[in-house]
Amino acid sequence: MSDYNFAYLDEQTKRMIRRAILKGVAVPGYQVPFASREMPMPYGWGTGGVQVSAACLTPEDTLKVIDQGADDTTNAVSIRKFFEKTAEVATTEHTGEATVIQTRHRIPEEPLTEDQILVYQVPIPEPLRFLEPRETETRKMHALEEYGLMHVKLYEDISRHGEIATSYAYPVKVEGRYVMDPSPIPKFDNPKLEMAAIQLFGAGREQRIYAIPPYTQVVSLDFEDYPFVASKANHACALCGAGDTYLDEVIVDDEGGRMYVCSDTDYCSGRQDKGHRGEMAAPYMEVAE
Amino acid sequence: MTQDNPLLSVRDIEKRYGARIGCTDVSFDLWPGEVMGIVGESGSGKSTLLNCLAGHIAPDGGRILFDTRAEGLKDTAQMSEPERRMLSRTDWAFVHQNARDGLRMSVSAGGNVGERLMAVGARHYGDIRDQATDWLGRVEIAADRIDDRPTAFSGGMQQRLQIARNLVTGPRLVFMDEPTGGLDVSVQARLLDLLRGLVREMGLSAIIVTHDLAVVRLLADRLMVMKSGRVVETGLTDQVLDDPQHAYTQLLVSSVLQV
Repeated sequence: MSDYNFAYLDEQTKRMIRRAILKGVAVPGYQVPFASREMPMPYGWGTGGVQVSAACLTPEDTLKVIDQGADDTTNAVSIRKFFEKTAEVATTEHTGEATVIQTRHRIPEEPLTEDQILVYQVPIPEPLRFLEPRETETRKMHALEEYGLMHVKLYEDISRHGEIATSYAYPVKVEGRYVMDPSPIPKFDNPKLEMAAIQLFGAGREQRIYAIPPYTQVVSLDFEDYPFVASKANHACALCGAGDTYLDEVIVDDEGGRMYVCSDTDYCSGRQDKGHRGEMAAPYMEVAE
Repeated sequence: MTQDNPLLSVRDIEKRYGARIGCTDVSFDLWPGEVMGIVGESGSGKSTLLNCLAGHIAPDGGRILFDTRAEGLKDTAQMSEPERRMLSRTDWAFVHQNARDGLRMSVSAGGNVGERLMAVGARHYGDIRDQATDWLGRVEIAADRIDDRPTAFSGGMQQRLQIARNLVTGPRLVFMDEPTGGLDVSVQARLLDLLRGLVREMGLSAIIVTHDLAVVRLLADRLMVMKSGRVVETGLTDQVLDDPQHAYTQLLVSSVLQV
């Protein structure tokens, strides 16, 4: 047994966070303030998500951590190791096997089930922040449902770029009431916010927790003549050939060469294991020693 | 609109800052289509009064009755905050002395005008843009400046943009706090011309706070002179300015520089 309390935080802190989560689930999309703790990692590395995960984890859980869809990037690896050490829970890279998934900037391609919890790391929870810098005023606007300003942002997009150019952190209205920032997920993922799993959002520095319960209505804001479009790069994955996934653009040389690959690494490798091949896939799979 | 009710009926409004008087004992009626000027020196309580009337600060006593569309005369100081904020987005408009206080400087001119439309539920980009273009035209801002930010505008243009932004939802009552302050005289003249046209054309009621007697001479039907938080003289504008009764008003009128 390690010298840490289970999942690092002390039990009273976890109770406090669970109370905030329950309130968030009861009022979908509402930002619940909570007493965020110092975590042994810098702000911006997912301190909010880590605290929410810590409050949700049980010893029987299987944890998956992704960063921009990938299981093997610094942020994902360090948070996974953190919980391996402090909670000694099982970890996995397979979406289907996980019971708690902590994510940064993506929703997994594989549809989640009612048995899973999706925890988001949120940098700035307030969707109105860049239009209205006063916290007192934004809280009032949420309370009184004054959301005209959100459309001013979309208006500015269209007037400047000819279309709604906001491509991530695209504002949504939850259950017809609160306007919410779905954290910086690409707007391609917005339609997936109506899902079977419970979704929890934690912002450590800003000390806010909010939630979307399963099967909650989530509508992306738009104009009647400029409807919401869940856009993605117009390519197929170069490794697994999938045409319906969110893609990362990878520059491969200094002559303009590039490839598009699934940002969800688990989904991509799962497809390759089943024999799907994209146009730049390796002719045979290397076997790890 | 009924003519038997005043649009705004103010009774014994008082606002104190600790032991000091902000304004006290102010009563008047404003009728539909009427423009009232409030003049007085700095610190005479005219801005305090205006902020009380517009719901920006809560008065310590008295009643402010506004003729709402749905329920007739209603005390705005007793209203719930959502109701009052709804009024200030629809039936009321507030033109600040400094255009920067009334505009969103990081949002384009079109967005500034469109904000009030979107706040009351407009969700069609083309319609919002058409209305914004129309209103920029009415305040003499060229249509090709619609996507420029107010930071790229001159002071006079910013002030006109603020007026367009306020009038786009067709308010019935406009509060103006020194609308021409800080502008040079030729720009002032143009702005006053524009304001006079809009007020007459839209049948607006307005309360204009200023220390510039020329502004009220041009715009206001009726005049209220304030000193030390109290109203010292009221009457028709020309009457008060041409034949001032109170000693302070006489001083005020005689202080105007003659060129």
